[in-house]
Amino acid sequence: MTPKVHRSLYPHVPHDPDAPILEVHKLTFRYNGHFALEDISFHLHAGERVAVVGPNGAGKSTLFKVVSGVLPPSSGEVKISGFGPRGHICIAYVPQRSQVDWRFPASVADVVMMGRIGQIGFFRWPRRKDWDTVHDALEAVDMDALANRQIGELSGGQQQRTFLARALAQEAELVLMDEPLNGLDTPSQEAILSLLEKLRQQKITVMVATHDLGQAASHFDRVMLLNRRLIRFGSPHEVLSSQNLLKAYGGHAQLIQGEDGTTTLADTCCDGEEDE
Amino acid sequence: MGPRLWLTPAVTGRKMNNLINIFLQPFSYAFMVRGLAASVIVGVVCAVVGVYVVLRGMAFFGDALAHAVLPGVALGYLLSGGSRETLFWWALGAAILVALAVGRVSKRSEIREDTAIGILFASMFALGIALISTVRSYTVDLSHFLFGDVLGVSTYDLVLTAAFGSVILLVIFFFYKEFMVLSFDPVLSATLRLPSGLLNNLLFILMAMTVSVAMQTVGVALMVAMLVTPAATASLLTHRLWQGMIVSAAIGAISAVTGLYLSYYFNIVSGSAIVLTATIIFLLVFILHPHREGLLKRR
Repeated sequence: MTPKVHRSLYPHVPHDPDAPILEVHKLTFRYNGHFALEDISFHLHAGERVAVVGPNGAGKSTLFKVVSGVLPPSSGEVKISGFGPRGHICIAYVPQRSQVDWRFPASVADVVMMGRIGQIGFFRWPRRKDWDTVHDALEAVDMDALANRQIGELSGGQQQRTFLARALAQEAELVLMDEPLNGLDTPSQEAILSLLEKLRQQKITVMVATHDLGQAASHFDRVMLLNRRLIRFGSPHEVLSSQNLLKAYGGHAQLIQGEDGTTTLADTCCDGEEDE
Repeated sequence: MGPRLWLTPAVTGRKMNNLINIFLQPFSYAFMVRGLAASVIVGVVCAVVGVYVVLRGMAFFGDALAHAVLPGVALGYLLSGGSRETLFWWALGAAILVALAVGRVSKRSEIREDTAIGILFASMFALGIALISTVRSYTVDLSHFLFGDVLGVSTYDLVLTAAFGSVILLVIFFFYKEFMVLSFDPVLSATLRLPSGLLNNLLFILMAMTVSVAMQTVGVALMVAMLVTPAATASLLTHRLWQGMIVSAAIGAISAVTGLYLSYYFNIVSGSAIVLTATIIFLLVFILHPHREGLLKRR
């Protein structure tokens, strides 16, 4: 674990407006001697929506944790708006639903307020302004009516939207979402995807780990194909070719040749949690 | 008809006096007053800290911490030649040492955390008993350490209990939102760049202080019940963190007072009486509360 430093030690984390919102350079992460991520380089522009796809254990969660500064890279560099991730509180990590303790005694509004405690600071209580931000965030994800519900009483889609509201309340510029569509019914998935569309208008950059290649192709600007190494990163059309997919998924891939010449991939392994 | 009419109030009046006497009589003794004050403070502090113990699944850690204090206390007891004045400080020192050591050990991955705690807990407890057993009168002293000696609370003890109890509650109050985030979502705590390591250690130290404060009243062996039972009861009744703390504190205080009365009238060891009262409250709530719908819960 990296030593965590309180924000007040970095009172003004500089943002270079001309730099890409996220720049990853030759990033490697070793865990217990083996490579979880190897030699990864890419950069994202503000407002982009990126789908990260790859088989289980490809390092999607790990990539998000290194980018958000939760895990320190073994080597290489992560830059947020031109500077290291350390002092930034503008990166939000939305965990997989299975990683959250839903019995925790907190209301929807409590959880969203948690996103603001970086701005509020030590020895202070949420002020009017903070509650306004929380309610604006809840309104944006259409959860205002459920603000006082205990989080365990929510449906999967509502839980996901609560965490998205928390990212908004945090005033995040980069939102990393780990399998947000997993286990949701189609209407809930659509609701989340249309919210991501809204975020683009606010210039918020979103990276979403997903298993659904169809959605990755239809709802995202760019697709990142990951399996410990960065296999391909570009437009959905150029990344999701059968050749690339076979390279990423190997034996887990099942390619189905459609009548019109399109190739679909059935990912035989997934819908479970990714190994940590 | 007539005589009854004026007899009745007198009879009820006498009954009332008896009832009041039952409640007041124990407190004609100064040591009982001190004992009650100490038990209530300990009941409240344990119950509030216990909310985090329950939320973070640290019941076993709390039990181990309480037991691991014993060698520190025993050493102090031997070195001071049987005086009990300094025992609190020995307990505090030992508890903080053990709490921080366990926090460190559990970060290494070769041994599972509960296994590491199990080894540390039993061996420290054994060492404590070994040390105390070298003293001739050890059975009496040992039972005081194990089960508490609420009637032996001196004015000095009471002042220490009140002072440390207040410090613990104040720290929990001032770090409410940080401890909440740390307990709910450590990854958020990291992305908000909170000093998670420091906050975790602060929580360990609060637990260590709680254990030391509670040692004299409830003793080492039963302490985990004071940490866990009121908080678990509160978790059935509430669905907000601060509500849980208030309800838990109330249950801790009620258990302390009721337990002390039971101890006085039925000649039961006070620590046992307090813990059993808390357990009965838990069972009542557990049986009666309708399907996870809390009393204070909003729909």
